Amino acid sequence: MRLMDNGLTSAIAANRFGLGARPGELAAIGGSGLDWLRAQLDGPAPEIGGDGLQSSASLLTQIYDLRRTIQAERMRAAAARSVDERQAAAGSAAAIGAFKKLPQLIRPVYLAEAGARFRHSVSTDRPFIERLAQFWSNHFAVSVDKGVLAALAGSYEREAIRPYVLGNFSDMLIATQRHPAMLLYLDNEMSMGPDSRAARNIERRNPGRRPGINENLARETLELHTVSVDGGYTQADVTALSKVLTGWSIAGPEAWRFGQRPGTFLFRAAMHQPGPQVVMGKRYPDTGYDQGVAVLRNLAAHPSTARFIATKLARHFIADAPPAPAVDRVAAAFSRSKGDLPTVYRALIGSPEAWEQPVSKFKTPSDFIVSSFRGLALPIRPEKAPVWLFQLLGQRIWCPGSPAGWPDGSADWDGASELLKRIEWADAVGQRIGPRRDARQLAPRLLGSVLSATAREAIAHAESAAQAVTLLLAAPEFLRR
Amino acid sequence: MKRREFLTAGALAAGGTLLSGLTFAGVANGNKPRLVFIILRGALDGLEAVPPCGDPAYAALRGELEIARPGTNGGALALDGIFGLHPALSFMHQTYAARELIIFHAVAGPYRNRSHFDGQNVLETGYAQPHAAQTGWLNRALAALPAARAPEKTRGVSIAPTAPLVMRGPAAVTSWSPSHLAPLDDDTLQRISDLYSHDPVLGRKLAEALAAEAIAEQSAARSRDAMAGGAGAHFAAGAFGSMMDTSGRMTMAPDARMGQRADRRPPLAQRGRPGAQYAQVVRAAARFIRQADGPQVAVFDTTGWDTHFNEGNEKGQLAARLAALDAALGGLKAGLGPVWSDTAVLLATEFGRTVAENGTRGTDHGTATAAYLLGGAVKGGRVVADWPGLSPRQLYQDRDLRPTLDLRAVMKGVLAEHLGVPARALESAVFPESGAARPLKGLVRT
Repeated sequence: MRLMDNGLTSAIAANRFGLGARPGELAAIGGSGLDWLRAQLDGPAPEIGGDGLQSSASLLTQIYDLRRTIQAERMRAAAARSVDERQAAAGSAAAIGAFKKLPQLIRPVYLAEAGARFRHSVSTDRPFIERLAQFWSNHFAVSVDKGVLAALAGSYEREAIRPYVLGNFSDMLIATQRHPAMLLYLDNEMSMGPDSRAARNIERRNPGRRPGINENLARETLELHTVSVDGGYTQADVTALSKVLTGWSIAGPEAWRFGQRPGTFLFRAAMHQPGPQVVMGKRYPDTGYDQGVAVLRNLAAHPSTARFIATKLARHFIADAPPAPAVDRVAAAFSRSKGDLPTVYRALIGSPEAWEQPVSKFKTPSDFIVSSFRGLALPIRPEKAPVWLFQLLGQRIWCPGSPAGWPDGSADWDGASELLKRIEWADAVGQRIGPRRDARQLAPRLLGSVLSATAREAIAHAESAAQAVTLLLAAPEFLRR
Repeated sequence: MKRREFLTAGALAAGGTLLSGLTFAGVANGNKPRLVFIILRGALDGLEAVPPCGDPAYAALRGELEIARPGTNGGALALDGIFGLHPALSFMHQTYAARELIIFHAVAGPYRNRSHFDGQNVLETGYAQPHAAQTGWLNRALAALPAARAPEKTRGVSIAPTAPLVMRGPAAVTSWSPSHLAPLDDDTLQRISDLYSHDPVLGRKLAEALAAEAIAEQSAARSRDAMAGGAGAHFAAGAFGSMMDTSGRMTMAPDARMGQRADRRPPLAQRGRPGAQYAQVVRAAARFIRQADGPQVAVFDTTGWDTHFNEGNEKGQLAARLAALDAALGGLKAGLGPVWSDTAVLLATEFGRTVAENGTRGTDHGTATAAYLLGGAVKGGRVVADWPGLSPRQLYQDRDLRPTLDLRAVMKGVLAEHLGVPARALESAVFPESGAARPLKGLVRT
């Protein structure tokens, strides 16, 4: 493949496929941006560790314990004989303390997880892999504005996304669909077959109740995670897959009794809808948990899934209107390799279209923030991400607010108010750090040959070092990638 | 040069003539019609918000989600013989009694396939199929308005960092959202404007942002004047005033500003509550469209209506969100003051939910639902519904409320009667392929 001049490929590699250059990175990339990206695909995916990061199971166990305390206090209040005693019990220090403990448990976990992810994004020397990890995290999105997800979003990403980023798509699909965070986010943990043993028992005991399926996870599995909305499924397929996934649940606090760790995935056979199901024309005999795995593996291998993933990758990395040849190439690689993700990525970066039209996409707020921190080596407070900044610029970490994840078009991010906030923040950064940075010297080191003469001159003629930094961060070629 | 003068000059230099219609004269109420469009993302359950208590099939299908008949304990607020209003919607009920609220029931747009994201796309583009356009019906409607006063005037505002799709398009609009960052000094702003002068997108966006700032600052200044004079203090007392007040913005040294901000936010758990979010947004919307020379249309969205699990009935999850929405609408009326009488507020969601309760005390994605039009300009006090009924053979695909009214007929009616969008534009540019959905008549007071 013949590429444009070398300076341009390093700038495109660092900015379009990475998280923005750090000083010296373009020089290190040297002649071939493509080789730099390919090399990042070697070896296992980086792990995000760090002191104090906890597993989902451990966090759910703590949440169970807290809920039990709250429940016990409520029961004590209800059992108290007089109104006065009830009020006293409800208002007891123990009851109030237990209620307050839930946010006290969740918030530090969220901050620690967001902080670890942010620090990794800023410091990694495999930024392409980090972009991919965040792409998949957004593809299989959960959102921290629901229930206890703020405690689980980080561990979910570390447990169900990152280990598979350089693996196989179908493994990641299964890992995400069975993760407690996803089961809670899309309401599957209580979904039960209307003819299951558990449903029959409940009906016998409570004649009014009609336990049954919840379609939420199954619909989004089809629409958002695999074949996509035009992938050829019907409402009947949604209902059938809902039944297939009944019993995909989470081990409760008592699970120790039968040797299972609380807060981990549990297939509850008693809740599973008995009998075969037909999903998208294929019949699946009732093999319990394996019925769901079989459907997911087939959905992962479906041509509609290959095309959907290829389109999303090309839109994310190349252009809002993804070039058809690139989509075809990536989809073919996906199908041919049976979802081997490094093969898919090689097809993506090997597409000539990916190296044309520099700065075609407006950065997301997250990419803008991270690239600013990387480029200017802005100081980071230990163990803390500037979560306020992500929120202010419109992309609170792990909070897309919908299972579709954050939108991925320039028009979704380049709003007037958004732009002005970025400029205002760039101004604050300039005032804080400007005197200790030389933007004239930094601009070509961060943007390489995509730096325009207009921006270079504007920076050179700034009235102060602070203003020069502001102009660098606010430059059109820094806002885009 | 004063900031305000600079803003005008700078924006003109950077983005052309977006501000040419913007004057800084005092409020001269021209009785211009105002429209607020509120997107309810997530498929709001119309059978819960506006329960058809008088339908004989309703109670049995709804199970634990049933809202009791009006007059019973925790029951619906009475509307007419069939319908009630969720007990959390007390402000809306007052508006209904004041004949300022129309509810449209068994309503749906042209989309039928139960995907939130395609459904919302159709709700916003105004096209018959998903992903048929990159612009929204409301923006195209603004672009089709007769250019009587000022052709390039900023006609609409989104209370959001980036405009939702419904507001994107050719007409001059802007977006605004609260910022606690310090404003730029004029020299830096001028240099950035120059830097963007050859960039068609960023140049326009910056000009739009400065236009919104100018309107907001003007509004804040008026509120301060009003407060000083004792009149209008009611409207000025809100957080919006302080947010928009440049003198009230943080002016600490940059180091201190950046370090302390994380501690100024409300705690995470609190921010999840819908009420606090809405209150700030409606105050902003009211501030913008109250201006005689400001935008006449405001848009914002609300989320959290996707109630698959533990939906609740007169109490519970959905009830809490409805109460917050209801309070926000009350706040909007208060914020608009006398301009309420020139205002219509339209609320719509992408589709409805299953008629029957699902297996986890919630509802799954459905088809028809309710839409809401309220305001001083609305000829209300009625439920508009060709009620299909909830008996099994009347349900759509054996599970959903059957649509009997096209949502676009409501939207077209509002745009034609209230804003004066020409009929030809409605049929071609604004809602293509919507000929069968005749615009409803008699929605607003004339």
